[in-house]
Amino acid sequence: MERILSRWVDIPNLRDIEVYEAHGGYRALRKALFEMTPEEIIEEIKASNLRGRGGAAFPTGVKWSFIPRNSEKPVYVVCNADESEPGTFANRYQLENDPHGVIEGVLICCRAVNAHTAYIYLRGEFALQKRRLDEALAQARARGYIGRNIMGSNFDVEVYTHRGAGAYICGEETALLESLEGKRGYPRNRPPFPATYGAFGCPTVVNNVETLSNVPHIIARGAQWYRSIGPEKSPGPKLFCLSGHVNRPGLYELPMGFPLKDMIYREDLGGGILGGKKLKAVIPGGSSFPVFTAEEALKVNMDFESVRAAGSLMGTGGVIVMHEDTCMVDALRTIARFYHHESCGQCTPCREGCSWIEKLMIDLEEGRGTMEDLDRLIDIASNMEGNTICVLADSLAMPVKSFVPKFRDEFEEHVRLKRCPFKFSAKFVSFTSSERPSSHAVDGLSSS
Amino acid sequence: MPKVTINGQQLDAPQGINLIQAAEMLGIEIPHYCYHPGLSIAGNCRMCLVELQGVPKLQIACNTRVAEGMVVHTESPRVKKAQAAVLEFLLLNHPIDCPVCDQAGECKLQDYYMDYDRQPSRFPLGKKNKKGKALDIGSGLMLDQERCILCARCTRFFDEVTRTSELAIFERGDHCVVDTYPGRKVNNPYALNVVDICPVGALTEKEFRFKMRVWYLHRTPSVCGACARGCSIDIDHHRGRIYRYKPRYNPNVNQWWMCDEGRHSFKLLQGENRLLKPRYQADGRLATEGWDTAIARAAERIRGCASQYGPNAIGALVSAQATNEEIFALKRFMARAVGSTVVGGVSWTPVGASPDDNFLIRGDKNPNTAGLKAMGLLENGLGWVAGLVRRGQIKVLILLRCDPVRILGESEFMAWFGALDHLIVLDCIATQTMAFANQVMPIAAYPELDGSFTNFEGWVQRLRPAFDPPGEARPALEVIGALERELLKVEWNYSAASVFAELAQAEPAFEGLTLEGLGAHGARIAMSRNGSGP
Repeated sequence: MERILSRWVDIPNLRDIEVYEAHGGYRALRKALFEMTPEEIIEEIKASNLRGRGGAAFPTGVKWSFIPRNSEKPVYVVCNADESEPGTFANRYQLENDPHGVIEGVLICCRAVNAHTAYIYLRGEFALQKRRLDEALAQARARGYIGRNIMGSNFDVEVYTHRGAGAYICGEETALLESLEGKRGYPRNRPPFPATYGAFGCPTVVNNVETLSNVPHIIARGAQWYRSIGPEKSPGPKLFCLSGHVNRPGLYELPMGFPLKDMIYREDLGGGILGGKKLKAVIPGGSSFPVFTAEEALKVNMDFESVRAAGSLMGTGGVIVMHEDTCMVDALRTIARFYHHESCGQCTPCREGCSWIEKLMIDLEEGRGTMEDLDRLIDIASNMEGNTICVLADSLAMPVKSFVPKFRDEFEEHVRLKRCPFKFSAKFVSFTSSERPSSHAVDGLSSS
Repeated sequence: MPKVTINGQQLDAPQGINLIQAAEMLGIEIPHYCYHPGLSIAGNCRMCLVELQGVPKLQIACNTRVAEGMVVHTESPRVKKAQAAVLEFLLLNHPIDCPVCDQAGECKLQDYYMDYDRQPSRFPLGKKNKKGKALDIGSGLMLDQERCILCARCTRFFDEVTRTSELAIFERGDHCVVDTYPGRKVNNPYALNVVDICPVGALTEKEFRFKMRVWYLHRTPSVCGACARGCSIDIDHHRGRIYRYKPRYNPNVNQWWMCDEGRHSFKLLQGENRLLKPRYQADGRLATEGWDTAIARAAERIRGCASQYGPNAIGALVSAQATNEEIFALKRFMARAVGSTVVGGVSWTPVGASPDDNFLIRGDKNPNTAGLKAMGLLENGLGWVAGLVRRGQIKVLILLRCDPVRILGESEFMAWFGALDHLIVLDCIATQTMAFANQVMPIAAYPELDGSFTNFEGWVQRLRPAFDPPGEARPALEVIGALERELLKVEWNYSAASVFAELAQAEPAFEGLTLEGLGAHGARIAMSRNGSGP
């Protein structure tokens, strides 16, 4: 398959505007400015059936169409580059290697919703990525793609980059907007939704980096071409972040609907399980989502519908692979620690529940747990789920509600033995240990 | 008016209200912590989750506005489970130190636990998070971060109402704490409102805490007398002693709030300064006497003076500290029983008092200047009466809640008022003028009174007596009534309601009002129309 989103692998220095232009760069923007009306752009995106890559899989064109036409207030476009889901690392490579692809998507989106100001909100740790982006923005500005009267179209647009201060929650779109406004990153109550009350109280589109990167390709090559890739309901190319106990972890561009089994085992992809061990579990969409047992994982195709039908969610496409020596109690403890650490503390169930779950998980892993704790975990997770302003509570509830029943034997063994059965085994590989290939094999980035 | 159905009951709800308000109209309580009608919606406590027909997830009632055809369940099994879960979560890291907590008895954690949870704890005590306790954060506020449920009412109050933003939430997750910024303290004339809106014992008032268990307190609705705003208040008292003022909601005057100065103003009205017995000047000191002899003495001096110099040789001064009824009763007493037209009004504020601000505080520290004005008594005041006294035209002077020595200073007072034959002081607390009085009559302070004040915008609000006046002090209306009875030998109804009824007939500004009709939120008089004065 042709690399689309990750074509920087084949095109050296794509981040340089001359190279980008030489490979068709900003032609989609030209088309959007001179050959299409904003309505036609939105219709084209709708027709492509592009769905948000940030985790929620909401149809992008529909989201854009929610922005009121002829708004009295300014409209803003915000690109969510706060990539922070554990197990996810696609945006960072795109920003480093193809910043113009992201910028062009942002500009087309601005044209579609009549926004004259766009913000690219990067996670605090993205220092290099921000530098690359700022360089690209300066180049684009010098070429007249950004600023007043871009490309002689009479359309003005300014793009700003903004780095957060290092909070997972600021990847949640309304917390991101609060943070962008200089406030504490607290998710907002909805309604009102960002489409009517977003950044600075104005209509705002918030789209993920990868989502916007798809846009120039769709505009340049048409919705029909786009829908020819992958399944009907969630088409397009997808950047999968393969991590954990595989021989070749890394970023892989594959069509939507690609079999998870092939992703893990094919020689040119994951290359099989580390050390030839048995597969135990896979989290298909980043740490927030229900875990698959090996049996479930080997049957599923990686698109929004198929993963949902199999009982999990594809989220951001962060595939975390765990082999037979992984202690699932330890793995869940690690996940709980993360969400406890990152809960903003606003809503009662999340603030208290994440901490309680972590405390129970520490007890279980260290051999102080009880059988009642196992049911209690499910109960706490149920009490958190769906009862908070944002879905951070659900992001811990979902792993709990899948880890505990699917690997109950292992949890019970911890209770019975009053210790972790993996800890005293020579085979033990901690979920959190550094005993794995040292880099995400970008160089080995491959396609099917 | 959207039609909504809550627990099977139908309501034509006013447009724009939320489900907590709509349910309240039907007498249904939706429990909540973070929601406060005077603050923005935070939606963080998750206590007000309700079930909306056709909506898969539970929704928070505070952020859900009524809509046509909405069907709401507040007591379904799902809602009850969510409510119990939220309470369990809230109590996880709560210290449960109710026996030593000043909020006990008026704590929403206690109340809702009993109403919506009542389950034993599933969380071991030793695992609770430790945070700051008994932190003195300024402006008389004590903060206990362990008791805090992080509803953010206090931070929103300082952000949105006073716009001073002295408190904020720091850290994340269950490490979150409400605190001041490093090196700063709360310094705000309205700070203690956050004690009222804190649903738990996290913010308590330094002065009130450990003084009284709240379940011993009786509550009487009244009006704060500390400035011309006249905030609606509740007086919390026990055995004739006031322990605190709390603001009482009044959309016309103060919404939900009051200033800290007004909140503590009751302290001047109790203690050693209170006058407890009638006194008369004897051999250079003030000796006590009974009411009968005091009234007889005063009446005799008035009668004697009138027969010697004519009725206009008797004058009266009344201050804007007096109630509408007291002012009117004195004015009518002077006209009817004495036959004098010399009644002056005094509205005086000491130098250095807090000035008008853009919220509640008024520079005029009198609760009833507008009432005095509406009855026409402000045009001729202290200067006019002083002039009459100095010219020898007034021999007997009655002062009602009026302290000219404090206003003029001793020497100036003597220069103007030295020629008086007889000076009668009616007041509730010791005044500087008292030293020059021939008679001092102890009267009730406004928390002990039925009656009304008129605020600077013309809102006439009802006072209710919290308890009987201390010692032998009596309401001024009774004293004036007794004097009138003594002089005219007729019975006279000196209840506040009947005086107000006559006031409403006699003074055009008050036309059509009744004391009973003032209700909880008062009634407004026309400020442009002044009544006739002397």
